[in-house]
Amino acid sequence: MRPRLAVYKFASCDGCQLQVIDVLGRARKHLGEVADLLDIEHFLEARSRIGAGPYDVGLVEGSVSTLHDVERIKEIRRQCRFLITIGACATAGGIQALRNWGQIDDFLGAVYATPAYIDTLATSDPISAHVKVDFELRGCPIDPGQLASVISAFCVGRRPRLPGYSVCVECKERGTVCVAVAKGIPCLGPVTQAGCGAICPAHDRECFGCYGPDRQEPNLVSLTGFYERHGANRDSLGRLVQSFNAWAPEFREEHDRLSGSES
Amino acid sequence: MPLSWLHTTDFQQLIDVLRDRGHRVIGPQVADGAVVYRDLADASDLPTGWLDEQDGGLYRLRYDPQAGTFDHVVGPHSLKNFLFPPRETFETWSRTPNGWLQTTPAYEPEQLAVIGVRGCDLAALAIQDRVFLGGDSIDVRYQARREKLFVVAVNCRRAAATCFCHSMGCGPAVGPGFDIALTEVGDRFAIEATTDAGIAVLADLAGRLSLPLLTADEVAAVRQVPETLREAMQARRPEEGTPRPRSLDTENIRNLLFDNLAHPRWAEVADRCLSCANCTLVCPTCFCSSVGEVTDLTGDEVSRERHWASCFTLEHSQMHGANARPTTASRYRQWLTHKLAGWIDQFGTSGCTGCGRCITWCPVGIDITEEVAAIREMPTSSPS
Amino acid sequence: MTAPPRIESPPRPCIHTPAPEPLAVGRDAWHHHVTRIVAARDEVAGVRTYDLAFRDPAAAASYTFAPGQFNMLYLPGIGEAAISISSDPLKRASVGHTVKAVGNVTHALERLGVGDEVVLRGPFGTAWPLDELQGRDVLIVTGGVGLASVRAAILQIIAARHDYGRVSVLFGAKTPAGLIYASEYDAWRAAGIDVRLTVDEADGDWTGRVGLVTALFDDLDLDAAATGLTCCGPEPMMLAVVRRASAAGIPSAAMYVSMERNMSCAARLCGLCQFGPEFICRDGPVFSYDRLAKFLDIKHL
Repeated sequence: MRPRLAVYKFASCDGCQLQVIDVLGRARKHLGEVADLLDIEHFLEARSRIGAGPYDVGLVEGSVSTLHDVERIKEIRRQCRFLITIGACATAGGIQALRNWGQIDDFLGAVYATPAYIDTLATSDPISAHVKVDFELRGCPIDPGQLASVISAFCVGRRPRLPGYSVCVECKERGTVCVAVAKGIPCLGPVTQAGCGAICPAHDRECFGCYGPDRQEPNLVSLTGFYERHGANRDSLGRLVQSFNAWAPEFREEHDRLSGSES
Repeated sequence: MPLSWLHTTDFQQLIDVLRDRGHRVIGPQVADGAVVYRDLADASDLPTGWLDEQDGGLYRLRYDPQAGTFDHVVGPHSLKNFLFPPRETFETWSRTPNGWLQTTPAYEPEQLAVIGVRGCDLAALAIQDRVFLGGDSIDVRYQARREKLFVVAVNCRRAAATCFCHSMGCGPAVGPGFDIALTEVGDRFAIEATTDAGIAVLADLAGRLSLPLLTADEVAAVRQVPETLREAMQARRPEEGTPRPRSLDTENIRNLLFDNLAHPRWAEVADRCLSCANCTLVCPTCFCSSVGEVTDLTGDEVSRERHWASCFTLEHSQMHGANARPTTASRYRQWLTHKLAGWIDQFGTSGCTGCGRCITWCPVGIDITEEVAAIREMPTSSPS
Repeated sequence: MTAPPRIESPPRPCIHTPAPEPLAVGRDAWHHHVTRIVAARDEVAGVRTYDLAFRDPAAAASYTFAPGQFNMLYLPGIGEAAISISSDPLKRASVGHTVKAVGNVTHALERLGVGDEVVLRGPFGTAWPLDELQGRDVLIVTGGVGLASVRAAILQIIAARHDYGRVSVLFGAKTPAGLIYASEYDAWRAAGIDVRLTVDEADGDWTGRVGLVTALFDDLDLDAAATGLTCCGPEPMMLAVVRRASAAGIPSAAMYVSMERNMSCAARLCGLCQFGPEFICRDGPVFSYDRLAKFLDIKHL
């Protein structure tokens, strides 16, 4: 029996779902019909036909931001034997988690003519804040190669293996000269989990931490301290850790430490 | 073989001879703010006039019209990037009706010539030879690449603050193991060959232009070039310079380190260490690797990729149910004690050549010489 | 087993050596044999023994191992794992591996059966010092699946039983259900091996001892000076055992332990299995305790 796949969207930009389509499409082109491996039963962005649950694998994009989301993710958890969250929104709350530092009523009043019509949570939460997650695939967006390897690992019956090291490893593999050391650009690479292939430093930009904090004791205090001693501005360092994975615990803590506030 | 003079303006001829003999020529060039190894077609791409200022976590290029072609020292790349590439498929397997079949194609590496190899990196090459080729089981792909390698070494006449090859006995003069060695003097290079391949290249070169022999006095002066630098490095005092010039006291270092595995310094350095692995990746001798299985979606076609591993990652020490080195302190200790102590037991040589890359390319400037000095200054137990 | 000479600080920290010609004579580290599972049996829940036979008759004829050594078992697309050899070294038709399903490879092995293929590299590593132990009393102390690593040694001792003095096996498992090779204990006893068991937690039917394997020392009538110890199990257990054995008077030079670390190549090239100055794959897995004493109680080494 082929594993039955479901793909879901929560608060997100849909970019990770596009990566899913990319992977499944590529599989069709190069590796034969993906239907040989998986049955896509529920994927509203790609097809209107919906097969009834339960499903073997669920891919969840987006963060939980409404009460309706909370109920829906619980039902999805019941429907999916193996639940994989994909992307920075689903795994850490996404860029929209910046609202977690503000007052939700202020935002509603500023944006909506009639805030009373808006029903939302005060925070943008990772999926794991509400249900048990079996596997997290990070990135903004996720990497198609990683997604393919997770899917194939699932089909072959192997535990997926993703990089458990910093972006620096990928820079060095590419032969990229370190932008922090050679150019003095504050870069999150040393404390960010690998997976993107170190794209930004290869284009002379710092790592923005799209894949979230490195899984092994990311030492942000030491890194930002070094940057600060070599001329970086504390506010800009605070903003550096406050992007797509701003609400990931280690980045959040470092932002609050740098800005001298507690969230 | 006697030394001859090669004029700076004739350097292109050396590149051409190497290319004509079938080598892919690699040489140092300025790119992305550093001197890196790239394919070299044109001698004008060499980093003439560029100097590198290096310190913990800092690398900056500076142009000096007085500087020669090779007055920069070592950049982020080393021979390791070519002989022990970061990632390579070493086996492929296919599932057939008759079972698993190994389908690895025959391996034919290219003939590589690398220009600008320093004493420290030549020593690193000899160390990696011991690692990959010195045992009962060898890395046959490294062997294939190694046998085709042609080394054009350079005697250093300048050191960065991070250089401490003089402490490790690896430089600044190049040791044995090169095919051709160059010493820059004014607008000429003294050029010499030690291997058959090197002698053949010089013979080809001599067919294209005149290579006047050095006089006995000139030979003595050329030999003195790296020696002068070595004496200068030895005379440097840490407190004298900014950046601080490095050196490492290797006296009884194996026992010093193995007797101080419980030293509080390991926890102290862990407060600064990012466990990001940069030091191991830029180190020209670090050799750890791991294997990943890459399959198509069906699992019927399998490639096995050997890729660089680092003792700073949790994967390196992951065992079933537990990690042997779960803390940054334990991982940093593993790296430093292996490099400077364990290597001596395992390969009869230090794993450190004093190139200083681990200091420069550490994003927070952790300094191996400083860490050893701290332990030596206040050992928890005296060396046995 | 003789330890290689220890090298103190060399005269020069770094050694320049021109590359030797030819560069190397060693064998390809990834040299392998394809085998087939010819028998698979459950030892206890979650622990299975797989007997592997070589596809190539020449490999079958040339392959030998010594008790304590291990093989790398590779399943294409899944990965490779170091597994100690548990079968009788004198029985050459197949090579046995007793495996607890804990990782990718071992879980995937569970899904395989007779006729399926497993790629094998090996044997690797050092062996139990059975020659040196001849004429002496032998104390074999193990825990959990650690018994798999010494089963081959037990069988080899039985085959030459008169070459050894008193031989005792002290074996501890978490529960009675974790006592692997239970059906063989009687045969071992009949062959003159003193087999003593203990469990951490008893269940209803268990009438034997409850407690740590070190407690089994209490009842032994040891001739400490004439005894050699071989020990295989989790590191804290081995540490407790060698301490208990030291207290009983067994000289540390007569104690041997089997170590485990993450491993990729098993040929001293990948660097993963380091432990202090040792490569577990080449210098071990079996070490004289003397050689490791300085390092074994260092945390997170």
